[in-house]
Amino acid sequence: MRYSIFNLCREALCGHTGWPKAWESPTPKSRYEVIIIGGGGHGLATAYYLGKNFGIRDVAILEKGWLGGGNTGRNTTIIRSNYLENDSVAIYEKSRDLYETLSQDLNMNIMFSPRGVMMLAQTHHEAHAYMRIANANRLQNIETEYISPTQVFEKCPIICIDGPRYPILGALWQPRGGTARHDTVAWGYARACSKMGIHIIENCEVTGINREGGRVTGVTTHRGSISCDKLGIVVAGHSGQLADMAGFRLPIESVALQALVSEPIKPCLDVVVMANTVHGYISQSDKGEMVIGGGTDGVINYSQRGSFTYIEETVRALVETFPLISRLKMLRQWGGIVDMTGDRSPIISATPVDKLFINCGWGTGGFKAIPGSGWAMAELMANEAPGSLAEPFSLDRFREGRFIDERVAAGVAH
Amino acid sequence: MLRLKCPYCGQMVDETELTPGGEAHLKRATQNSSDDELLDYLFNRRNPKGVHFERWRHTFGCGKWFVVARCTVTHEVFGVYKAQTLKPPKSVVDAIANRRGHETQESQ
Amino acid sequence: MSTRLVEGGRCIDRRQVVKFQFNGKQMSGFAGDSLASALLANDQHLIGRSFKYHRPRGLVASGPEEPNGLVTVGEGPSIEPNRQATMIELYEGLTASSQNHFPSLEWDVGAVADLASRFLPAGFYYKSFMRPRRAWEFLFEPMIRRAAGLGRLPRHQDESIYEHFYVHIDLLVVGGGVAGLTVAKAAADAGARVLIVEQMPHWGGRTSVDSGMIDGIDAAEWVNQLIDELASHQQVSMLNRTTAFGVYDHSYVLALERVEDHAPISGALRQRMWRMRPKCMVIATGAIERPLCFQDNDRPGVMLASGIRDYLKNFAISTGDRTVVALNNDDGYKTAMALAKAGLEVPVILDSRRPNDGDLTQQVRDLGIKIEFGRTVSSVNQSKGRIRSVRICSQVGEGATLHEVDCESLAVSGGWSPSAHLWSQGSGKLIWDEALSAFRPDLKRPPLQDDGSHNWAFTAGAASGCLPLDQTLDDACDVARAVFKRLALSGKIVRPEVEREKAEPPASTCLSPSGIKKKARAKAWVDFQNDVKVSDLDLALQEGYMSSEHAKRYTTLGMATDQGKLSNVNGLMIMAESRGVEMSEVSPTTFRPPYTPVTLGAIAGDARGSLFKPYRKTNIDEWHDKNGAYWERVGADWRRPFCYLKDGEKVREAVDREALRVRQTVGIFDSSSLGKIWVSGPDAGRFLDMLYTGVMSTLPIGRCRYGLMCNENGFLIDDGVVARIDETSFLCHTTTGGSDYIHGWMEDWLQCEWWNWKVYTANLTEQFAQIVVAGPEARKLLGKLNISDIDAASLPFMSWADRQVGAFKTRIFRVSFSGELSFEIALPADQGAELWRQIYAAGQEFDIEPYGTEALHVLRAEKGFVMIGEETDGTVTPQDLGLDWAVSKKKNDFLGKRGQKRPCLTHSDRWKFVGLETVEARAKLPVGALALGVGLDSHGFSKSIGRVTSSYHSPILNRTIALGLVENGPQRRGDILQFSTEAGPVNARIVSPVFYDPEGTQLNA
Repeated sequence: MRYSIFNLCREALCGHTGWPKAWESPTPKSRYEVIIIGGGGHGLATAYYLGKNFGIRDVAILEKGWLGGGNTGRNTTIIRSNYLENDSVAIYEKSRDLYETLSQDLNMNIMFSPRGVMMLAQTHHEAHAYMRIANANRLQNIETEYISPTQVFEKCPIICIDGPRYPILGALWQPRGGTARHDTVAWGYARACSKMGIHIIENCEVTGINREGGRVTGVTTHRGSISCDKLGIVVAGHSGQLADMAGFRLPIESVALQALVSEPIKPCLDVVVMANTVHGYISQSDKGEMVIGGGTDGVINYSQRGSFTYIEETVRALVETFPLISRLKMLRQWGGIVDMTGDRSPIISATPVDKLFINCGWGTGGFKAIPGSGWAMAELMANEAPGSLAEPFSLDRFREGRFIDERVAAGVAH
Repeated sequence: MLRLKCPYCGQMVDETELTPGGEAHLKRATQNSSDDELLDYLFNRRNPKGVHFERWRHTFGCGKWFVVARCTVTHEVFGVYKAQTLKPPKSVVDAIANRRGHETQESQ
Repeated sequence: MSTRLVEGGRCIDRRQVVKFQFNGKQMSGFAGDSLASALLANDQHLIGRSFKYHRPRGLVASGPEEPNGLVTVGEGPSIEPNRQATMIELYEGLTASSQNHFPSLEWDVGAVADLASRFLPAGFYYKSFMRPRRAWEFLFEPMIRRAAGLGRLPRHQDESIYEHFYVHIDLLVVGGGVAGLTVAKAAADAGARVLIVEQMPHWGGRTSVDSGMIDGIDAAEWVNQLIDELASHQQVSMLNRTTAFGVYDHSYVLALERVEDHAPISGALRQRMWRMRPKCMVIATGAIERPLCFQDNDRPGVMLASGIRDYLKNFAISTGDRTVVALNNDDGYKTAMALAKAGLEVPVILDSRRPNDGDLTQQVRDLGIKIEFGRTVSSVNQSKGRIRSVRICSQVGEGATLHEVDCESLAVSGGWSPSAHLWSQGSGKLIWDEALSAFRPDLKRPPLQDDGSHNWAFTAGAASGCLPLDQTLDDACDVARAVFKRLALSGKIVRPEVEREKAEPPASTCLSPSGIKKKARAKAWVDFQNDVKVSDLDLALQEGYMSSEHAKRYTTLGMATDQGKLSNVNGLMIMAESRGVEMSEVSPTTFRPPYTPVTLGAIAGDARGSLFKPYRKTNIDEWHDKNGAYWERVGADWRRPFCYLKDGEKVREAVDREALRVRQTVGIFDSSSLGKIWVSGPDAGRFLDMLYTGVMSTLPIGRCRYGLMCNENGFLIDDGVVARIDETSFLCHTTTGGSDYIHGWMEDWLQCEWWNWKVYTANLTEQFAQIVVAGPEARKLLGKLNISDIDAASLPFMSWADRQVGAFKTRIFRVSFSGELSFEIALPADQGAELWRQIYAAGQEFDIEPYGTEALHVLRAEKGFVMIGEETDGTVTPQDLGLDWAVSKKKNDFLGKRGQKRPCLTHSDRWKFVGLETVEARAKLPVGALALGVGLDSHGFSKSIGRVTSSYHSPILNRTIALGLVENGPQRRGDILQFSTEAGPVNARIVSPVFYDPEGTQLNA
């Protein structure tokens, strides 16, 4: 049944008994054309675009836990595309552009809120770096602007412009950046996939990747073996473990990234603010909670828990920049596992194993990339060759020295 | 907040005195190394979900580097040792075997 | 009607009347009241409006589990939203107001949401507001945002102080109830150092309220004696008003002490965060009661049974003359008995279980209270917003009303959940206990310590699932024994005398009745604060949100500020029942810190304002400050004068003036922050040959050489001048931002790769002040200061010498970043300021000016000298910058050499270092501007073939200059490129990067 105000009202009058399942939970078949390992945003989006753009629907998504339960359910929901390199901007902007109409495309309100993202420049060096990005973005047809402290204050009246330690010198502003409701992005893609007949198999952990003669033939799981023509690994932090199963290595390290929310309060912050010199970023969700994040924890960590030291550093930075939040309270804190590459750019690539493809390395910037990443990965898997979006992000670039260095634009400290 | 024993100072020190330094015992690529060896040295990492041999520096203390055998899931520490070695000492390898058994296969 | 009884109230002091305001109304209470109890004393039955449906709400509980009683407290700088009334201690002049209503608490227009609730089930916003697309952005979302949130952001700066303390302790006991106190006493008597933290202002936990008999005396009295003994015990510290909120890895526990929230003084220390490393921890945090889920269970007047008796015993509050008690476990009987003993009426107890002959049942009968077994509440009847009566039905049926009973208040008890949050945070696991009908700590999977031990944390008492007093004390003794083992203590553990209680097992459902019908399910609340009803959970299940995590996120169950304390377990039970699975198959919530919300200011501590992050200052900074320095924040926590502003100058004017002065006469510059690293030893030369791209081992003593460092990826990371001090010693200079980093880099290689090489390094950056005197008159100026042998022959360019300058022993380096005749004078840091003053005074006749970093950047750009961080960004090689001469071809190996061999680092299309001159002399190229190439790339973006890395106005040339990296740049001198800028295209010609004095005549003077 379509989601719409009309149907909502109709169902309201008969006790909401008509709403069907958002996605089905079928028994896995013994064979699929394509298997995607990983039921997070990126994996679900990949399957969706395989079905929508290429008509490939004999697809199974295998998720070891509950879908969207990894980083997709743990991030701070920021969407922007103001990176530096052409290759990065192409895919992040594709993604942001897809977000603009994703609610309508998926028929589920993912609450995309393009209220603007600003990255504060608090040292001259940082100011130069953001001006450089603004210049690059102009040629990349991205709407960004380097704005003055006065303009920063106008958009964000609760900010402290002239903090004693790091006064604000300006900011990189992307007006059509913003946030969306992370869980719903996963649910929306899942529902749309399910509608196309794509199988979503939760609570199904892959324990082995089967190969024959240098090509992939299928997987072994807790629920039995499943064979396939093509396999995609889209599991973020656990990419290394799956690559091990397939016999190749990855240039990634999985570290903890933490975030926290405050209690919900009435609207006071209309924009997303990132303060990368002091390591903190903040926005206000539609529920009213201040959503706060900072830098990664810096050591390999699969526990989804981080060190309180980083929470302190982030909160210090934001209390310094937004002194009025001092009396708000931290309500919840949590962590995820982010996979970091040496150049802070992702990997969307074929692998040494034939018909096995991998999508990982999004590090701290995965949520904004979900639609674009899925689009590019679907293209790669369907054609068995990368399109222009995925092509620069091949695994080979590390051997060749062809980096797409986004350490500045990635923002979040590492 | 992690707390590790600096093998030089002989004391437990808070994470805030330390700087992490990534995977230990990497083999430096030299002029004769192949592109694959260079790739491994610069980028490919074990990234284990389990016992990891990782470098730490007691930056706000004695300034020395040491290696910690730590589980990346539970944060159990199996031993610390000074960095001037190509591989973990037997005592640490044994400690891991005692508690984890099969995981010693992963050690260097 | 709730009122204050004439007698009783163990926490209040009736002699001290305290006046306060609620919603502008003047009220009064007693010292020792919480705001909640004082409001009840004043018959304030309405405390707020619920989040989504704006239903009128009253207090439900007496402690931090309270979901409804959120108020805004304070005024001006001390205002704080979302404080729990149950946790606020009353003080004179307190002002509080309820939240989430307009125009008032009593008359709220938001209540239409309740009327429209069928249209606003869980997740309704995911199914609607999608079209038209812009309507979401400009209409619906703003509406939702305005409706969301409970309190408001304060409008004034927080003037309170927050601090952090560290504690290393043998035993941390969390919870000052009978279990915790018993363990603490045993351990302390055996010699352990013990810290006990208790979140409430008063000690004693449930026993002080519920009492009983221990060792033949009243339990409450027994506990009081224990408290007194502990308070005066040498080995024990006790902190009340302190909540242990988080357990983290490596036995790190955080607690928040509310130091003066109960007696606030502006600008005083408000809260203290305790950072604790206990060798052993006992979690004696008790248990939390669960409500029952029936139609309209959220009406003001429906309260937890334990809450009602807490208010009665602690504060002498009667929540109503007649209180009906509905329960599914024995504990609620205690409320009935307490009320009866206080002379209040309990018309009936509804026990949803089968008839039993337990001890408590007998005691209640003896008091003449009627019990109806197998019965429960199906709904409440209201009049003017207050309970008038309750409807009673069979527990097993669908809720047909059997009869109604008049009452003013309804006490509910749906079971108890051990408060095992800290156990879970510490990675201990929980297990469903069928007999207890609750999740409790799984003793087989306790928190793991970093040394692999499993016995650093224990739960004790109700937190373990031991609810009756005898079981609690038994458990406490067992735990004490385990603590002794952990801490290697020896001593006696005396078990107090307590009568065995025969407890009847609780029922395992919270739905009232079990067959509660659909219509009632839509009005039966599970999560009060987030307005989540049973029907919402039904809907989640119907729509396939099967995993409890999905259902929670879909319905927002447990995600409010009370973090699901009253709703998590009930929610899981309802979902399990609907799905037909056993609770033992359901995974309990993983608890995450904090246990209760923690003030952000308390987390920041005192690192605010001037203490936010330290500045590193040079010895000469005071002079800079006094002389108009406009400060720039640079790397490694230094700040440096960007320029010195005189008489209303703008920055650009000052920079021009300073740069010109250096070229014309002489300038003085503080370069103390640049890194100085001492590298010494028989293998020092060999070592530096590895670190730098060039050869340093052949550097003659007394000479200096410019060096570049790359990382192993092949890219530039730092540059600086190296001086050969003696046979085995070098002094390496680095950029300001690089000093600590490069020293660390060196130590990394020496300790972890070449540890057999004999090299010693020391970071001397802060040991020496370094003053640059630069300009054509520099030598003459220094000549006035009683200094000898600094002529061109005695001290040539790129050499150094030790020289006396007046009374100062200094080392002078003849190096130049400005391109002028330049002397860098190094001397002990504490002497820098004085020498600076002397040079400045002597320089007056030459019109000396201090110059800042920006003027220096202009000067070096005029000379085509690169700057790390401007021309480099981590992706630039020495060859890109035309610095091939600094890269040795002879050396077999150096850091980065192998990396640079990769094709992508050597191909001819790389962007290379050039100078750029705008075609229009006054036009300025912005830093970062890109030069347009021909056509579009694979993404459809304009191709670019170069970028501007530095751009300045050159006062000596009276035009703008820029440096940049351009594809094939050096081969394209004379070509004109078009740069894209915000103001439109700007054309610039590729020129030599050396704009001024290409022969270097000034440098070599």
